[in-house]
Amino acid sequence: MSIPGQEKQWDKEEKEHRKYSDVRIFTDDQLNNYTEDELKNYKCKHDISQLEQLESGPWPSFVSDLKREAVHRHKVGQDNLMIPADIVDDLLGIVELSYKEGETHWKHGGIVGVLGYGGGIVGRYNDQQAKFPNIAHFHTIRVNQPGAKFYTSDWLRAFCDIAEYRGSGLTNLHGSTGDLVILGSFTEQLEPLFFDLTHDLGVDLGGSGGNLRTPSDCIGKARCEFACYDTMALCYDLTMTYQDELHRPAFPYKFKMKFDGCPNGCTASIARSDMSYIGTWKDDIRIDQDAVQEYAAGKIPANGGAFAGRDWGKFDIQKEVIDLCPTQCMQFDGKKITINNAECNRCMHCIDAMPEALMVGKDQGLSILFGAKAPILEGAQMSCMTIPFMYVNPPYDNIKGVVGKVFDWWIEEGKNRERIGETIQRVSLKVFCEVLGIPPMPQMVIAPRANPYVFFKEEEVPGGFTRDIEDYRSRHPR
Amino acid sequence: MSKGKLGYFNPQKPQEGRITDIGPCHYGQMLPPVIRRNYGKWKSHRILEPGLLVHVSETGEKAFSVRAAAARIMSVEHIREICDIADKHCNGYVRFTTRNNIEFIVDSEEKAKELKTELDSRKHIGGSFKFPSGGTGMGMTNIVHTQGWIHCHTPATDASGPVKATADVLFDEFKNMRLPAKLRIALACCLNMCGAVHCSDIALLGYHRKPPAIDHEVLGKVCEIPLVVAACPLYAIKPITTEDGKKSVSVNIEKCMYCGNCYTMCLALPLSDGPGDGVAILAGGKISNRISPPKFSKVIVPILPNNTPRWPEVTDIVKKMVEIWAKDANKYERLGDWAERIGWEKFFEKMGLPFTHHLVDDYRLAVDTYRTSTQFKFTEHAWAVSKAVGGI
Repeated sequence: MSIPGQEKQWDKEEKEHRKYSDVRIFTDDQLNNYTEDELKNYKCKHDISQLEQLESGPWPSFVSDLKREAVHRHKVGQDNLMIPADIVDDLLGIVELSYKEGETHWKHGGIVGVLGYGGGIVGRYNDQQAKFPNIAHFHTIRVNQPGAKFYTSDWLRAFCDIAEYRGSGLTNLHGSTGDLVILGSFTEQLEPLFFDLTHDLGVDLGGSGGNLRTPSDCIGKARCEFACYDTMALCYDLTMTYQDELHRPAFPYKFKMKFDGCPNGCTASIARSDMSYIGTWKDDIRIDQDAVQEYAAGKIPANGGAFAGRDWGKFDIQKEVIDLCPTQCMQFDGKKITINNAECNRCMHCIDAMPEALMVGKDQGLSILFGAKAPILEGAQMSCMTIPFMYVNPPYDNIKGVVGKVFDWWIEEGKNRERIGETIQRVSLKVFCEVLGIPPMPQMVIAPRANPYVFFKEEEVPGGFTRDIEDYRSRHPR
Repeated sequence: MSKGKLGYFNPQKPQEGRITDIGPCHYGQMLPPVIRRNYGKWKSHRILEPGLLVHVSETGEKAFSVRAAAARIMSVEHIREICDIADKHCNGYVRFTTRNNIEFIVDSEEKAKELKTELDSRKHIGGSFKFPSGGTGMGMTNIVHTQGWIHCHTPATDASGPVKATADVLFDEFKNMRLPAKLRIALACCLNMCGAVHCSDIALLGYHRKPPAIDHEVLGKVCEIPLVVAACPLYAIKPITTEDGKKSVSVNIEKCMYCGNCYTMCLALPLSDGPGDGVAILAGGKISNRISPPKFSKVIVPILPNNTPRWPEVTDIVKKMVEIWAKDANKYERLGDWAERIGWEKFFEKMGLPFTHHLVDDYRLAVDTYRTSTQFKFTEHAWAVSKAVGGI
C-alpha cells in the first residue's frame, strides 16, 4: 500500500500482513456455489448461438469464461450483489446482437468519475436499455497495476470480490495501457468502489482522458539480465511524483510513459508512448569467452533455446551473429569474439542470440525518446531519439527536470487532442530541442534534411533581416 | 471491504476519511522470494521447453517461470482459479506479462513441470483450454487486443471473437517454437488502436468504410461545433444551418476517410455500419531494435467482411502468411525483415494477394513510400501494367 509507512501492507513475507480474509466480501460457500453440471446446463436467457460457436477450439474461450461468471452470479443472488445478477447474461445477449448486425450497441461515454478526479473511469451506456436493462450502465474502472504486474493471490482475490460485488465480475487483465480494468459498474457504485480500493486494497485509479496515463514497465531487474536500469523503481517513483497529473486532466490529450529496460522493448514504448524510456549502456558488451566456446561447440542452444521446435542445424556464430550484426563491428576467429564497441549500436542481436556469453555493458542508463502514437490523427509515429543517455539514480532529479520542461511547454503549446509527437512535428524538432535546452545531434535523424529550405535566425545573418531598398537601389538602379 | 449500496461512502460527508493519490500498490510486496533474493543479479536465461523459462542468477539460484495464455477479458472466477493454482504451486505469487500471458514463478524445475502439467490439464466445459502453456521463444505469443463489441463505442469489428478464431488456427505456433523469429499478432477494433497494433508482425484492424451519419436533430444541442470542425484531420467538416434552421455540420464525402475522430468528439455523428465495416490486415511491423530498427505494419489487405463468429477470410490469410513466412524466411528474420529482403512485390506474389489502389499511400508524406529506383522484381502484377499500356 502506498500510504507512507504502509507499502508492505500486503507483503506475505512480513508479519501482520493483510490477508484476503481481512477484507473479503464473499464467504467460501458463496465462492464455491455451483457444480460442473450446473455450468453444463446453463442456458443464457438470450439467444447466443453465434457466440457459442466460439467455445470450441483450443484457445481459451472468453465465452465459456463469461458463462461461468453468469452462473456464479445467479447462485450468489441479487441480495449479495450491488450490480445486477444478470449483467453477464445481458452482456452476452448484446454481443450476440452485435454479431448478428455487425454494429456495436455501446453509446458514447458520459462524464462519470469520483470526486476530485477527472480520470480513471470511463463512462459507458447501452443503447438497448429496454431489452437489456442490466447493462444500461457498463462503466470501466481503471486501476493502477503494480510494477511489472506482479501480484499475490490475497490481493487478487480481494480485487475479484470488489469487481464482482460492485462491478460485473468481468475484468481485463490487463487493459492496453497496463491498468487492471473492472468492467460493468453503475454510476452509484463508483464512490463506494473507490473508497474500498483505496482503503482496503491500497490502490488508486489509473489514467484516462487528457492526463498522464498509467505508466507501465517491463519486468526489468526483477527477472531479466538485459535490464539496464531498474524499470520498476523508476516507473513507481514517477507514477507517485505525478499523481496529480495522472488524476486531474490538464493536458491537451493523453500522455503515456513506458519503461523498457533494454532496446528489445518489451513494453513497446518506442511505438506506444509519448515519452519512451529505454535502457542502454555506454561501455563495452561483456564477453565470457569460455561460454563463447561452449556455444561454438554446440553445448549451449542459440537464443536461450528459443529455436528448439525446428532443426535449424548447428549454431553457426559467424553466420548467425557476426554476419547479422547491423554495424559489422564483431569478429570471430573460431575461438574468441571481439567487438569494436565504438561502432556498436546496441541492437541486442548478439546478446539475445548468446545470452550466456554476451552481456549488456556495466555503465548503464537510459535513452529518452519522444512522440510515439497510433494513427489518430495525423498518422502513426514512433518515438524520436532525443536524449541519448542519462544515468538513472534515485531520486531521479535529472529525469524529472526533463519531464517538468516537457509538461510545462506542451500544456501551453499543444492543441486540443494533439499528441506531443504531433506538436513536435507542427512546431519542429528544433523548437523542441530549445524547450529542453539541448543542442541538436545527428543521432536525432536518420539523415540530415534533403531539402535545403533552411530557416535562419536573424542573429545568425550578418546585418539581420531589415532591408533598406534605398541602399539596394544605390547599387542596382531599377 | 464494505457491503451495501454505499458501503463506507457517506454522500453527506464525501471528504470524510477520503484517501486520494496513493498510486499503485508498491511492487516490492508482490515479488516472489526467489525474485527478491536475486533482484538485479540475473545473469542469463534459457527456455527449457515451450512455456517454461529458467533464469540464472549470479548467486547460482534459478527462477523457473511457467507461461500460459489468457483471453484478456477475464471473469473473477477465472482469476480465482489462477489464484488457486498460485496458492497450490508457488505460495500465492503470480504475474501477468505485457502481452496478457499469465506467469507463475517457482524456484525448482520439478515444481515448474508439475505446475505446467496442471495448467495444461484444465479445460473449460466448452472444450477449450483454460491455461494452455506456451508463448515463448520463436513462436506466437498471446494476441493483444482491444474491447470490440463487448464494450467499445467506436469499433468496426469485435476484438475477442476474431482473436479467439485467429489464435485457434495458429494454436500450434503458440505451443511450438518452430518459427524463424518471434511472431507478434495484435488486433485493434478501430483506428484509435488501443494497443501496439501499428508495429506488429501481423495486425488486424477494424475499419469503417462509410462517412458518419449526421443526426441534425440533436447535433447543435449536444456537440461543440467548432470542436467537431477542428477534429477532422482532412478538413471535411464544416458548420451549416439546416433548412429548418438547426445548427449542424456537413461532411464532404470526397475528403472523409472515416477515421471517426469527429464521432469521438460528437455523439451525433455515428460511424458504425454493419455491411460497411470490416477488418483490414497489416503486416511486417516490429518494435524491437534487434538487427533492424522498429518498423510500422503495412496494409496488405484493405478490407475483409465481418463474417461472424469466426472471420474465416481473415484467419485464412493470416494462417497462410505465417506458413509462407515460416517456410521462406531465414533464421532470425522477422516477417517484415523477410518481406523487405524479398521485396513487397514478391510478398504479394507468394501470398497470391491482389494489389489494389487501396494499398498505395495517399495520405501524408506518401511520396516517401514511392519506389524511386529500377531495382524491382517482375511479378504478374508488373506484367498486368505492361499489358495495360500495350508494352507486351
